[in-house]
Amino acid sequence: MPGDKVVNSKTAQKGKAPKALKPKKPKIPRQPMPEQDPLERARNFNEVPFGYSNETAMIEASRCIQCKKPYCIDGCPVEINIPAFIRAIKDGEFAKAAGILKKDNALPAICGRVCPQEDQCEKVCVVGIKGEPVAIGRLERFAADWERENMEIIVPEIAPPTGRKAAIIGAGPAGLTVAGELARLGHDVTIFEALHKPGGVLIYGIPEFRLPKSIVMAEVDYVKKLGVKIVYNAIIGKYLTIDELFKEEGFHSIFIGVGAGLPYFMNIPGENLNGVYSANEYLTRSNLMKAYDFPNYDTPIMRSRKVAVIGGGNVAMDAARTALRLGAEEVTIVYRRSLKEMPARDEEIHHAKEEGIIFKLLNNPTRINGDDNGWVRSMTVIKMELGEPDASGRRRPVPIEGSEYEMEVDTVIVSIGNGANPLLTRMTPELKTNKWGNIIADEKTCATSMKGVYAGGDIVLGAATVILAMGAGKVASRAMHEYMMSLDV
Amino acid sequence: MNRIVEKTILSEGVKEIIVHSPHIARKRKAGQFIILRIDEYGERIPLTIADSDPETGTITLIFQEVGKTTYALGDLEVGDEILDVVGPLGKPTHVAKIGTVVCVGGGIGVAPVYPIAKAMKEAGNKVISIIGSRNRDLLIMEEMMSAVSDRLIVTTDDGSYGLHGFVTDALENLIEEGEGLDLCVAIGPVVMMRAVSNLTREYDIKTVVSLNSIMVDGTGMCGGCRVTVGGDTHFVCVDGPEFDGHQVNFDELMLRQKIYLKQEKEAMERYHKCKLDKIAEREGVR
Ligand SMILES: Cc1cc2nc3c(=O)[nH]c(=O)nc-3n(C[C@H](O)[C@H](O)[C@H](O)COP(=O)(O)OP(=O)(O)OC[C@H]3O[C@@H](n4cnc5c(N)ncnc54)[C@H](O)[C@@H]3O)c2cc1C
Ligand SMILES: Cc1cc2nc3c(=O)[nH]c(=O)nc-3n(C[C@H](O)[C@H](O)[C@H](O)COP(=O)(O)OP(=O)(O)OC[C@H]3O[C@@H](n4cnc5c(N)ncnc54)[C@H](O)[C@@H]3O)c2cc1C
Ligand code: SF4
Ligand code: SF4
Ligand code: FES
Repeated sequence: MPGDKVVNSKTAQKGKAPKALKPKKPKIPRQPMPEQDPLERARNFNEVPFGYSNETAMIEASRCIQCKKPYCIDGCPVEINIPAFIRAIKDGEFAKAAGILKKDNALPAICGRVCPQEDQCEKVCVVGIKGEPVAIGRLERFAADWERENMEIIVPEIAPPTGRKAAIIGAGPAGLTVAGELARLGHDVTIFEALHKPGGVLIYGIPEFRLPKSIVMAEVDYVKKLGVKIVYNAIIGKYLTIDELFKEEGFHSIFIGVGAGLPYFMNIPGENLNGVYSANEYLTRSNLMKAYDFPNYDTPIMRSRKVAVIGGGNVAMDAARTALRLGAEEVTIVYRRSLKEMPARDEEIHHAKEEGIIFKLLNNPTRINGDDNGWVRSMTVIKMELGEPDASGRRRPVPIEGSEYEMEVDTVIVSIGNGANPLLTRMTPELKTNKWGNIIADEKTCATSMKGVYAGGDIVLGAATVILAMGAGKVASRAMHEYMMSLDV
Repeated sequence: MNRIVEKTILSEGVKEIIVHSPHIARKRKAGQFIILRIDEYGERIPLTIADSDPETGTITLIFQEVGKTTYALGDLEVGDEILDVVGPLGKPTHVAKIGTVVCVGGGIGVAPVYPIAKAMKEAGNKVISIIGSRNRDLLIMEEMMSAVSDRLIVTTDDGSYGLHGFVTDALENLIEEGEGLDLCVAIGPVVMMRAVSNLTREYDIKTVVSLNSIMVDGTGMCGGCRVTVGGDTHFVCVDGPEFDGHQVNFDELMLRQKIYLKQEKEAMERYHKCKLDKIAEREGVR
């Protein structure tokens, strides 16, 4: 599959996997995952890949050589027992495979879809040294989907009530993980969520065609089955403060998993013209509010013809592919560095290209131009070249003087990153934050500067990944458990 | 949750509903608002909390029917529930004993100005209120405003009631009368807020306006509500809704309010058609 080639070539480019010196006898190739035709799918919101069949999954699983020292486990932030679950798939014991996954990862159907595997577990898989790595993510997705579709969800044993109450702020992957873990340990857990739906970025940010919402809801149902209560429309800081959660509502410990939801803009002229969106707004309108199904749903979204998306991360790819599906004729990604520096997952870049999204690399907007009625008419862009590496180790893009040109567009989606939303921290001055507004938390416990208050996920790490948010959730839940059990109740 | 316990028609197209929402009723302060979503298909729209009663756990919302969502809200009856109500949102009004405060409300803007006038009065200020509407029938909350003001001036554009003219005319008279004004709070259509701000700038009277940009989440996450104030971008839902009227770029706000005009019209036509179909169906059965 072409997707795999991309994965491979980029890893090779980065010099991480040495190329095979002499070709050996042909082995079983990495199994492709069937997917919707690019031109067809570019106009619908259905999920792009269909997933493995039982047979393909078993063939792919047989590619794993069951290493004695499985490096892949070190590559996974939550240390899933990868050889064991793959072994179970190979043996056709799919339920068992799912069980192994669930031990370390409460959301395998989600991680199998959105984890940057090529930079984590698959990057260090030994099979990948001489060929293509075992498709760990796809197998994870397969086992989780199989379980969801074929089995009643089994709720694990729940410890007897401890008499302790925990409040979780934010129903994103970090918060959901903490909630699930603490509920299993017998605590009384309540999640407070600002929006009207749970899932955080999984529901409002990542589009349906990449992560079907029914899967997110199934995972949330599971957490609810563990006894977790969710209060929606509850913005902590406004609805209740942290202090009140302790003093008035009687919680013993609090986890903050509010994510990194503050959209950055570029601060260039014309950014408040009609037709300029933050990726957050564009995606929220389409995903959470279902503007793609207007007028069946009431929330509107612009009907664009020519769209420019600024940025090169997963968020930019999601916004661009959403714009295409909303009917735009032409969608261009404008990114100031080169393909090599693009932070988006290879698979997303590949999918976007296949669907016909245009990539303008080493280009940077300098202003957005409007018409007399305040609507976007065009964007002025300057060409860039790569200079010396900057603090992040990536080569710094520098503008090429005199290379400015104008690009005709009617919509601009700014997707240059998100910062920490200050709403909660502003209301809670005791919470120590760093200069970017991220909450400072202990790496080993997620403890913050406030007693009994823990934090993890994007609000601590800055915009990171689903699996890291979940990893933090696990760490926090252990520390919170210990802390709560040390209290006299 | 969020059950409508009372409903009153204040004037043509302006309705007041009292909603059971104990938590918000307890927490909210003058100047804050909620965002509601009527049902699963609904849009999230912001409305000012006009009043609240912590005892009964209710909040008062006063709204003008201008499009699909506000019409649908107006069609709900006592006993119906609103699916989502989130709040209190936005920064509360800075209420303090300042001296003489003039509260200017135009059209539906009287509803959001009311809680501020009330709070200013309770804080010991002399409150002079100016409320205006196009004509007598559209005037709302005269008695309520009168109850929280030391002096109330009413204007109508067509002269059918009170003074003939705009609220700015009344405000100018008041200033000319030599009434020392320490603060002006102006809420209403953007053109009105702009006119008031232009006027008070001449006289150097500090002016607070409450901006009604289009919103989605109301938590600072989308940036859709952004406005330019003093040359910088601010998010109305978290940095506002109140800003220094002398610094606001009203022209930009007005343009931004029109982003979805076409779709809003479509949604409205569809809603009317659905309603007519339903009525026809009901009559047909009879
Ligand atoms: C468009 C997009 C695409 C992405 N694609 C990928 C991908 O492919 N792979 C990957 O690994 N990662 C991806 N990410 C990143 C990933 O989604 C995040 O790292 C992850 O969701 C962080 O989880 P979290 O639980 O910390 O926060 P979030 O998912 O942001 O959840 C935070 C929750 O807290 C709520 N909240 C905020 N403030 C309050 C408050 N005051 N009171 C109550 N609730 C509050 C929010 O409404 C939200 O529901 C993507 C992100 C975006 C935006
Ligand atoms: C902080 C704040 C407080 C407000 N308080 C009140 C109030 O107390 N009473 C009242 O009558 N109105 C109030 N409004 C305005 C009210 O939100 C809009 O009238 C309402 O959203 C219109 O929705 P619609 O579907 O009925 O009409 P539409 O046909 O959708 O829109 C009509 C106009 O309303 C504005 N609007 C549309 N969607 C939104 C949205 N999601 N958010 C904000 N504005 C939108 C646009 O300018 C639009 O042109 C307030 C607005 C803000 C921002
Ligand atoms: S959770 Fe992510 S990193 Fe871990 S095994 Fe699954 S895909 Fe790999
Ligand atoms: S490193 Fe690769 S081959 Fe080895 S156990 Fe892990 S997945 Fe299997
Ligand atoms: S409404 Fe989304 S940031 Fe204000």
